[in-house]
Amino acid sequence: MREYQFLEQLKRAFAIAKKDIRIYYKRAPVLIFGLVMPFFLFLAFYIGRSMPTEQLFTGLVGMTIFFSSMSIGPAIVPFEARSRTLERLVSTPISVWAMLIGDVMASFTYGLLISIVPVIIGLVLGVNITHTLIFCLGITIAALCFASFGVLLSAYPPTDVPSTVMMVSNLVKFPLVFISGVFIPVQGWGRIVASVSPLTYFVDLVNYCTQETSFYSVLVDFAVLTGFTLLFLVAAIKIHERTLPERLS
Amino acid sequence: METAIEVKDLTKNYGEITAVDHINFEVRKGEIFGFLGPNAAGKTTTIRILTGVIKPDGGTAAIMDYDVLKEPLKAKQITSVVPEMANAYIDLTAWQNLMLIGELYGVPKKERQERGLLLLKEFGIYERRSYMARGFSKGMKQKLILCMALMTEPQVLFLDEPTSGLDVESARLIRDTIRRFNKDGTTVFLSTHNMDEANKLCDRIAIINYGKIAAVDSPENLRMESSSLKSVEVSFDRSVSVDELSEVLNVTEAKKTGDKIRLYTDEPHSIINSLIDYARSKGLTIVSLNTLAPTLEDVFIKLIREHKED
Repeated sequence: MREYQFLEQLKRAFAIAKKDIRIYYKRAPVLIFGLVMPFFLFLAFYIGRSMPTEQLFTGLVGMTIFFSSMSIGPAIVPFEARSRTLERLVSTPISVWAMLIGDVMASFTYGLLISIVPVIIGLVLGVNITHTLIFCLGITIAALCFASFGVLLSAYPPTDVPSTVMMVSNLVKFPLVFISGVFIPVQGWGRIVASVSPLTYFVDLVNYCTQETSFYSVLVDFAVLTGFTLLFLVAAIKIHERTLPERLS
Repeated sequence: METAIEVKDLTKNYGEITAVDHINFEVRKGEIFGFLGPNAAGKTTTIRILTGVIKPDGGTAAIMDYDVLKEPLKAKQITSVVPEMANAYIDLTAWQNLMLIGELYGVPKKERQERGLLLLKEFGIYERRSYMARGFSKGMKQKLILCMALMTEPQVLFLDEPTSGLDVESARLIRDTIRRFNKDGTTVFLSTHNMDEANKLCDRIAIINYGKIAAVDSPENLRMESSSLKSVEVSFDRSVSVDELSEVLNVTEAKKTGDKIRLYTDEPHSIINSLIDYARSKGLTIVSLNTLAPTLEDVFIKLIREHKED
């Protein structure tokens, strides 16, 4: 019975994901923060530097997947609270966890689809991905991790103003990009700071797959990314469950 | 009779304001239950608690024996709501909105497509099924929201001011649909400002004010119990002072309504005799004379006033 209920809720989470894809993929903030922002940040790092193609590829893929996977999650709940569709959703027989899993699925799919673009660019420029399976698994777990992080960022403050959430999420996102060694490898004490960012471990995985160099072992990278994903998911569900009544009242 | 909704000692506070104050009532299976009250009386808060949108601070509420706090998903599975403030997804088409709700309630694909088609045709929005709800008029949006609520063939249907701001035709269509679904067995919980609507649709009515229930009964019983609101309506061939008439006839209240005077009394029949005597003594001709039972609106205003004074 419990398994049936779990599967039934999971099916409903797919319905939420489908709805999110239809509504939020075309929204201006999603396009700006998911596509335009990583592109310009890439240009800011690239122009005027002579960097090996592999290093550029790591930066471009890392930033694209990080920004695109996190662009939808923070927007959904405040948008829905404002447009008064959240109340309708909450009155339907779907658990908060299933609703949030649906939001994560939509963000994850967006991040995964958008990350294909820099991968193709890298391949065209001659980047050699020596560990294809690890690379694909890495992209998948990273997209899931950042998508969960995005949904967590929408949990607090419980506002119905999407720009407030976007501002807060940018305050978190930008420092993480700079400490994660996306373009410039982090050394010395910076490594300790970098270890708190999930992006660090994805960058490390990409470096391993394209340059055969990595700071952590592949297993550590996967384990930490999985750990972050679970942490973000559980925290997002717990905090949303607590803040939802406040958002709706 | 079996109970569809049971509310015991339900309380909800917003800071220092008590929006719902220890209310108790039952809704019987298969009835249309009206929930009447002025603005900010606690109607919407009660519906939001019953539909699982917000949590109460005290008391219990159960839908078909499912506690809304302990078994919220089971309670939600058999209910549907037409909320006052919530919206359809304006960036989805009418069809996508219906299918989404069907999926969220676990309605099988074939069934939800059949129901969706049927409802869209019935409500006259079939031709616009592929259009985004963004471009819909208020009436069309309200019809779509009602279609969304009916997609699941609910056992209990909550409607919060469903005809508010609608044109006469759309309001009538919605009322007819409520009647039809009720006839098919759906229990209806209707919150409304519209006395006429409550009078025509509801089997029983609860009147709520300042978060407290002032009365629960059938519209007819509520009217009959308010004997002091019985009245005699009279018109003369000439204008008459209302104050003078009120004094001479010793009525509870007298007020002018157009070219008529309405006299409130416990004993309409004795007033009629006094009126005839009064007309003779003043040389007046009685143009029309009617005894009137109190309207639901009269009862509502009386109860709200009494409640305010308490």
